[in-house]
Amino acid sequence: MRFYEFEAKQLLEKHRIPLVESRLVKTADEAAKAASDIAGPVILKAQAIAPGLAAASVKEASDAAGAKAAATELLGIDDGGRKPKGLLLEARPAGEAVYSLSFTYDGTSKRPVVAAADMAGKIDDLGDSHPDRIVRRHFSALYPFSDYIAKELARSLELGGNDLKQMTRIVAGLARLFLKYDLADLDITSLVKLGDGKFIVRDVEADLEIEARHRQRPMLDELGFAKEDLRQVREPTPFELEGAKIDEEDIRGIISPIAEFDGNIGLVIGAGGGSLTLTDAVRKHGGRPANYAAIGGNPSVDKARRLTKLVLSKPGVDKIAVMSNVVSNTRADLVARGVIKGIIELGFEPADKILIFRVPGAWEADAAKILQRYGIEYCDRTVSISEAARRAVEKVG
Amino acid sequence: MAVIVHEDFQFIVQGITGREALNFTRECLQYGSKIIGGVTPGKGGREVYGVPVYDTVREITEKQRVDGTVITVPLAFAPDAAYEAIDAGIKEVIIITEGIPRKDASAVVEYAELHGARVIGPNCLGIIVPDVCRFGSLGGPAVDCRKAFKPGVVGVMSRSGGMTTEICNALTLSGLGVSTAISIGGDPVIGSTYADLIPLFEADEDTKAVVVYSEPGGTAEAELARWTQEHKSRLPIVAFVAGRFMDEMPGMSFGHAGTVVNKKVDSPADKMRRMREAGISVAEEIGDIPNLVRERIGN
Repeated sequence: MRFYEFEAKQLLEKHRIPLVESRLVKTADEAAKAASDIAGPVILKAQAIAPGLAAASVKEASDAAGAKAAATELLGIDDGGRKPKGLLLEARPAGEAVYSLSFTYDGTSKRPVVAAADMAGKIDDLGDSHPDRIVRRHFSALYPFSDYIAKELARSLELGGNDLKQMTRIVAGLARLFLKYDLADLDITSLVKLGDGKFIVRDVEADLEIEARHRQRPMLDELGFAKEDLRQVREPTPFELEGAKIDEEDIRGIISPIAEFDGNIGLVIGAGGGSLTLTDAVRKHGGRPANYAAIGGNPSVDKARRLTKLVLSKPGVDKIAVMSNVVSNTRADLVARGVIKGIIELGFEPADKILIFRVPGAWEADAAKILQRYGIEYCDRTVSISEAARRAVEKVG
Repeated sequence: MAVIVHEDFQFIVQGITGREALNFTRECLQYGSKIIGGVTPGKGGREVYGVPVYDTVREITEKQRVDGTVITVPLAFAPDAAYEAIDAGIKEVIIITEGIPRKDASAVVEYAELHGARVIGPNCLGIIVPDVCRFGSLGGPAVDCRKAFKPGVVGVMSRSGGMTTEICNALTLSGLGVSTAISIGGDPVIGSTYADLIPLFEADEDTKAVVVYSEPGGTAEAELARWTQEHKSRLPIVAFVAGRFMDEMPGMSFGHAGTVVNKKVDSPADKMRRMREAGISVAEEIGDIPNLVRERIGN
């Protein structure tokens, strides 16, 4: 879950990480005022979280009038269907040296890792262009962070004297904060050494581990991070909200995540990996999925019924494909009953609406019997996922 | 031969009185697995399908050899259950529990390494060596499990539990069969990655090829590609990468917690490129897997 930069900076400030002078403003007029308070050139950053906005969300200005114009433009950008949460207006002191830091988990060593480079940018991007400029140090999530790790990292950047001490303090502070708040990623894309020798953080990106959002509630409350805010890359559509509601209202099994696409083949599919594979397979055979779903954990008849109705009610969707990997836990017969019930409630003939039913595995004989009653062919485990998707696409025409 | 488990493999189930654990305990017993005890704090003295329940792991390990444990306790207690098992000397730890934050998973895995234990998962279903041992909840009811998993020559590692069964089913139908199947887990930090486990398949004489199922997110595929390039492996590897549509949807998460494209290395396109460069056959479609395996093993 992506933090807005102003939130990330509040966390850093609380832990006494030195930051560039910065104001959060909500309007163009406030931006103009803040710019005249901060002497010299300023940078304005729209507070947005959708990916791909890095270039569009930042502008520079040399005076109040420039800041006002830039702010007007930035406040209007589209952040995945949302308005920006204001602007950060910051001083832009020139540094005599610039660094970047990145904290994340390394899936190979299974440890948290800090990387540093003696240039600005996101370490992940610098890895390709300047691999020789990056130094790394693993640390532990089991033991408390020890300062020497930060010192060693600073030494590998060839820092000494006061520079070494300041970098050590910043890296150690950030590492502790990274662990304490269950961050998944923390990137300091620009850390500058000013003319007077002081180090300050200019740009921050931070992501919270989504699974830790409950235990991190006190910190999130302090930041004013709303409970229902999951920081999706774009605002959920009414279709997606309804899908999430169906999922929440019945704890038996899961049908989410539900996502809306612009195709015409309704997908009632499962489970996690199966849905990924099936969505690809439909596209591979030239089909256009209308949605994504992931049925799993043995959903009730009612849940399958409501999902079917939701998908079939989507404008442009005439038929659905009911497919899944070989199921172990989810009962194929319950899915069959739910789907048929949903279609009948909408006033249709199940055989007219189901392109294919391929849910092999647990209770498959019962599922086959139910479908037979409605004249629907049951595809068993001998029909591969690829073949099932091909048939569904062929039938929809 | 088999990977990790064997015919006399004895294990316990932590959280054995939970709904999911009751089901898979029964299924494992019906499959022929040796479950010698279960643990649920406060429920010691009961029995589950004839398996005695204890309050602590040590009450079992003090009296009997315990080769492994399957942890399926609620989220908040999962790391503690793993520490308890590791401290009691258990060396093979499967964590089924979903939703463990990566910080906790990382700490558990580090602790396991310090104590010479191996963690599979979290957020996985476990291991099956067809007709030998089922260690975890992979494959569902024993009757379905036997249909999908027949003994054979292909090792399977998968980030998705459901797709482990799907792929094994296809290998079984094709007549190739399965040597050992491991559901490794779908989280960003897991105890055993493809590269950690492939040496075990390498050493297993029943295994003639390995199939890998992967998804967007993480560095496990790049690591496997590197391993393959650095070692002269006797095993042909066939990989399948699901979720290619996600390359067009950066930042969106579908499926497992680790399944998201944020960085370049996360993307299916990047994973497929790296694996192909390392000589791994990447299946265009899931249905192509058995034929690709046949081509690679010359059968």
